[in-house]
Amino acid sequence: MTDSRTHPESSILLMDAAALGRALRRIAHEVIERNPELRQVVLAGIPSRGNEIARRIAGIISGIEKIDLPLGVIDVAMHRDDVGRRAELPVVQPSSLPLPLEDRTVIIVDDVLFTGRTVRAALDAITSFGRPAKIQLAVLIDRGHRELPIRADYVGKNVPTAPDERVRLRLGEAEEGVWLVRQS
Amino acid sequence: MQPLSAEQTMTTRWNRKDLLGLRELSAGEINLVLETADAFKQVGTREIKKVPALRGKTLVNFFVEPSTRTRTSFELAALRLSADIINISAEASSLTKGETLKDTARNLEALHADILVIRHSSAGAPQFLAERVSSSVINAGDGAHEHPTQGLLDVYTIRERRGRIEGLNVAIVGDILFSRVARSNIFALTKLGARVTLVGPSTLVPREFEKFGVTVSHDLESVLPQADVVNLLRIQHERQRNEYFPGLGEYIRLFGLTRERAKLLKPDCLIMHPGPINRGVEIDSELADGAQSVILDQVTNGLAVRMAVLYLCGGIAA
Repeated sequence: MTDSRTHPESSILLMDAAALGRALRRIAHEVIERNPELRQVVLAGIPSRGNEIARRIAGIISGIEKIDLPLGVIDVAMHRDDVGRRAELPVVQPSSLPLPLEDRTVIIVDDVLFTGRTVRAALDAITSFGRPAKIQLAVLIDRGHRELPIRADYVGKNVPTAPDERVRLRLGEAEEGVWLVRQS
Repeated sequence: MQPLSAEQTMTTRWNRKDLLGLRELSAGEINLVLETADAFKQVGTREIKKVPALRGKTLVNFFVEPSTRTRTSFELAALRLSADIINISAEASSLTKGETLKDTARNLEALHADILVIRHSSAGAPQFLAERVSSSVINAGDGAHEHPTQGLLDVYTIRERRGRIEGLNVAIVGDILFSRVARSNIFALTKLGARVTLVGPSTLVPREFEKFGVTVSHDLESVLPQADVVNLLRIQHERQRNEYFPGLGEYIRLFGLTRERAKLLKPDCLIMHPGPINRGVEIDSELADGAQSVILDQVTNGLAVRMAVLYLCGGIAA
């Protein structure tokens, strides 16, 4: 694990722990502001980082509004459009969403928005559970390079990137933050 | 790294295009199938019970030996993964016209079948095909060799009910000698750390099976009180040769799970049967429908496990 502890020369800090916390608080406030019927909102994370981000946003909203929003898990692996094209098969895991979805607003929560293909798969997965009133998208980082007509409703930070760079996110450990890593 | 959930601790990768048996799988690979099946089991509870994972892939169900439940289970599993399916039975195939197995397989491959699910009366037929075609080959039962998806769904069902496999006492009762279900169960259970006891008449449960790391017993009543799981195999009347089989009445008297005998079981002991059940032979009718029976769970779980196997083998980049 020494590798992941020492940042390579080419990594740039995008957000430290404080900035990350502020971004999540702002997203939480925006969710409250945009959803007058807050009790209908479900925060559905895409494993695994999306689940943790969703849990934190729910915690902040609970502190402000005294409402505990239900959390969901959306497995996108079995809805991807590139099965059989990748060398490594994505790991699937059970989805869970509070049912029925009919009058609810499902907010998809993910760490990084890149090509948009994961979100497309998530939309597909959610609609197999039912027909929510609305679906919104919250991401911590939007790094551009979309390949599909998808945009986020809530963005922690917009980061211009090159396609071969990676965004590294650390959550739930001593040193939290977001880095831009250049492949060397 | 952030703390990993149970799912993410799966460090095992799936690198197999074929599933021919459980003997060659590692414990990690078996667990990967079980965890993948958890995800696919959830799909069955959705309003739309279908995912696009194998969209555009073609699956051929090639059943040279008749089977309704396994074939239907594979068929529904493939449909739920959005694959296209063709069913070919022995009567409909050109095998009856003298075509060799290899030629049949090459013809199926020429149709661009991506996955070949085969049931065959000869042990080794799936492997023979797997070595000769580029399609994924899934063994749906070959002779007395293996029935890997049955073994997987059995351990899945035990794990679902008991939370683990390791340390459990599992009794497999009946015609072990000719049973591919028994063999696949033995491999899966021992790899996952269960203690397996095979029970039946000495003609059908020879001591040689001890080489697989199991215990052999010819006395059912002494095994039942310790068992956490009793898996009753079907007595295959149609395949029995008289010299091995004591006769139905004597079999029931010695090895049938009767109401009286079931009183020896622990209250939480699971009763399993791969089906189809001969009511009143391997098991008393009311036990098959009782609270300890997980026979219908096995059917439901078979679907999830087969979805997982098709996804893992069929989803690998060619």
